[in-house]
Amino acid sequence: MDALLPVANVLGRLLSIFSLAYLMPIVAAIIYDDGTAADFVAAMAISLGGGLTLYAVTRSSYRELKPRDGFLLVSTVWALMAAIATIPLLLVYDSMSFTDAFFETMSGLTTTGSTIMTDLDHAPPAINLWRHELNWLGGMGIIVLAVAVLPLLGVGGMQLYKAETPGPMKDSKLTARIADTAKALWLVYFLITVACILLLNQAGLSWLDSICHAFAAMGLGGFSTRDASVGAFDNPVVEFILIVFMVIAAMNFATHFMAMRGRNLRVYWQDVEARGVVGLIVSSCFGVALYVWLEGTYEDYPTALRHVSFNLVSMATDCGFASQDFDKWPIFAPLWMLFLSCITASSGSTGGGIKMIRTLILAKQANRELTRLVHPAVVNPVKVGGSAIPSSVVIAVLGFIFLYFMSIVMLIFLMILSGLDFMTALGAIVASINNAGPGLNKVGPATNYAVLTDFQTWVCSFTMLLGRLEVLSLAVVFTPQFWRK
Amino acid sequence: MKIIILGAGQVGSSVAESLVSEANDITVVDSNVERLNALQERLDLRVVSGNAASPSILEMAGAPDADLLIAVTQSDQTNLCACRVAKTLFNIPTRIARLRAADYEAYPQLLDDDNFAVDHSICPEQIVTDYIRKLIEFPEALQVLEFADGMVTMIAVRAFEGGMLVGKPLKTIPLRLPDIDARVAAIFRRDQPIAPTGDTLIESGDEVFILAATTHIRKAMTELRRMDKPIRRVIIAGGGNIGFRLARAIESSVNVKLIERDRQRAEYLASALTRALVLHGDSTDEDLLDSESIEETDMFLSLTNDDEDNIMSSSLAKQMGARRTLALINRKSYVDLVQGGRIDIAISPAQTSIGQLLARVRRGDVAAVHSLRRGAAEALEVVAHGDAKHCKVIGRKIEEIDLPDGATIATIVRNTGQSRTEYKDLVPYEVPIFEVIMAHHDTVIRANDHVIVFCTSKKLVGKVEKLFQVGWGFF
Repeated sequence: MDALLPVANVLGRLLSIFSLAYLMPIVAAIIYDDGTAADFVAAMAISLGGGLTLYAVTRSSYRELKPRDGFLLVSTVWALMAAIATIPLLLVYDSMSFTDAFFETMSGLTTTGSTIMTDLDHAPPAINLWRHELNWLGGMGIIVLAVAVLPLLGVGGMQLYKAETPGPMKDSKLTARIADTAKALWLVYFLITVACILLLNQAGLSWLDSICHAFAAMGLGGFSTRDASVGAFDNPVVEFILIVFMVIAAMNFATHFMAMRGRNLRVYWQDVEARGVVGLIVSSCFGVALYVWLEGTYEDYPTALRHVSFNLVSMATDCGFASQDFDKWPIFAPLWMLFLSCITASSGSTGGGIKMIRTLILAKQANRELTRLVHPAVVNPVKVGGSAIPSSVVIAVLGFIFLYFMSIVMLIFLMILSGLDFMTALGAIVASINNAGPGLNKVGPATNYAVLTDFQTWVCSFTMLLGRLEVLSLAVVFTPQFWRK
Repeated sequence: MKIIILGAGQVGSSVAESLVSEANDITVVDSNVERLNALQERLDLRVVSGNAASPSILEMAGAPDADLLIAVTQSDQTNLCACRVAKTLFNIPTRIARLRAADYEAYPQLLDDDNFAVDHSICPEQIVTDYIRKLIEFPEALQVLEFADGMVTMIAVRAFEGGMLVGKPLKTIPLRLPDIDARVAAIFRRDQPIAPTGDTLIESGDEVFILAATTHIRKAMTELRRMDKPIRRVIIAGGGNIGFRLARAIESSVNVKLIERDRQRAEYLASALTRALVLHGDSTDEDLLDSESIEETDMFLSLTNDDEDNIMSSSLAKQMGARRTLALINRKSYVDLVQGGRIDIAISPAQTSIGQLLARVRRGDVAAVHSLRRGAAEALEVVAHGDAKHCKVIGRKIEEIDLPDGATIATIVRNTGQSRTEYKDLVPYEVPIFEVIMAHHDTVIRANDHVIVFCTSKKLVGKVEKLFQVGWGFF
């Protein structure tokens, strides 16, 4: 309990502060007069009251957080935030179970974007805005936001930041102080989101749809206000704008920050990850479009290119919008898209998966081993972007990859054991751990996760969090040595 | 001339040796007394031991009335500091510094009179690297030298049986190469110079110095010997300063393997180079060379700073099947011992790198000096100044010029007075057009011509310089 109380104290503070997030749906509920304002006010009161109570009760045991507290705090904060965020859903929809509501909010916060709700087109605007706000907050990370705006995390801030931020090398800070780095990232995130909202509105979307889809695109969440997702608009301009912003969001925000600060676009070229992301996406789009067109799914190549580009970018960046039922495409295409979702997004982006930098490190490491077979005396450190990667990082990446893929395999077994067919299990687990969204077969883009049993829904919720915290930060909490003195 | 040389290392001693023979007043400063004593025993000069950058030591070395300071210690900082001290306290008119770090090149303002006060900076490692790089470009050559900003190239090649010109008199060159203008500047047969005339026959085994406009040189070479396949695979032994610079310069165009003995250095090299393959091991290790398929290597370059290692590893490489071998050898006596045997090209780094420096010291307006055959002969690029009344060369035909025996005027580079417009960052600027004229007996030298003179013996250099000096009446 000694370890838990100080963490609970900080948790209480975070909960109280994040109750402010309900303000946005409350305003929307009042503007659209959709009758949900009272529910959101109640939710805000519960969240604030619960947070303050937790804080008050544990105040005496407050102390500076230690590094290991960070993992516990991050894991519990994400789980608890998702739980608290279900309140308005449960209040508005009487028939909704907690299991389903938790899946929905966890899917929102982890930016997975797979939904269990139906008839979104007629859902209250405030509910839709709340779901999308979760996408947006979860994208850059709630701890990063906390570090940016709250001085309370103190010295442990860096540790927390590392536990939440994706990527293998987390020591590079943009500024001398971690709080300034977090502020810079959120500022960049905010500005790009505003640009996306304005453009979407210009392209013909209503303000609500613009805000919601910009939130989902920048957080690479993939929630939509329509059951048919972006396909409901059937608007190539909207699709194009979203493609651009999804690719932007799949790059490292530190790179965006440096580009804005230096007013220089060359940093993108110097960022090996950005080159990898763009190269992989562009070549895959043209290639898969050609394949899909030759297989006869679409009449002409331009149409194939349009639909493949949007859905492939959406899956590869782990966003999860859909404009077509790509599950009906020849099987190579959706599987390739699922594969891209594992490896494409950059570290420091809002996307999921193992991240482009790890993909590059692993590819170079594999190449290094091959070279070593031919030239036993060779000295060839793994180099990414011209600088050598310390071998400790390479080994850590190898360990991570093992855990990551073993998690996928075991969870798929678990789903199959619970009665799901292989394709659905594969699609659900891979899409969940990469925070991508739609899977295959029964959980494909045209259907939704409502078909899953309660047990399977919980497995998916857990998988999403596992993916968002990059396995290690969550897994370490379940190891005996974490709790040993 | 009173000259102070700071640093008695390889570069410092070679400079001292070259200048001492031209009757200058030389003082060498170094902190290592043993090195100074060795130098003093060998050459007629004065030595001062101590910190080369300190004012009192410089004063002791005679800075107050020195004409030239050559700062060539190992340390960039010492060299820079010494130049500043020399300028501020002693007002030495010309200051030359050796700078190894490439950073300084990017900020030339650091070297002007308000800052470090360096008139000319040289980087011996870079000069040697460039030199070797050209040898990789022309694998048949023993030596490749450029004049007039690279417009004219001189190449030393060994003539071989089967070359088109071998066994034929020189006057047939224009017939065989009608559209290019090439000139044989000198021939060394069994290490003895032969003054080339129209009737001279090139024999197999001769070392021929051929000169042509850079654009034509490759064509001209084909006439002397069968062209080799271009160099595609090289192994460099030794990842020191020169080995590293060379690997970095050529790794994008040539397949490079770099062998380094020190583990830490090897790791540094591997992270700093992008395509070269860095191997950790001993370059005299047969098994290593064998497993790296030495027999398929086009060129093996041993560039460590140990003469014996270089000789042994390149001999071994040659025996194991490397097509061509090159070794850095500092000791003069070794060079003559090994070149032409198992080692195809022996390079003396000090001799190679001091040419640029010596050009600054020469009288008259000498634009370039290249030491040939490891210092035995020299090629000079001299600018003819003045007018026909005051200069002994301007306005005269070449046959009328009183050149000492063994010196030949090979080529003239002349400013045509016209210019073409080029663009740099969209800003137009005028580039004067030069023409390359192969010297004939009736070519007339004009003012401001760059004249390339070949001297078969170093003793002739002084006489040639005097010839080009403007008479006192001109000023």
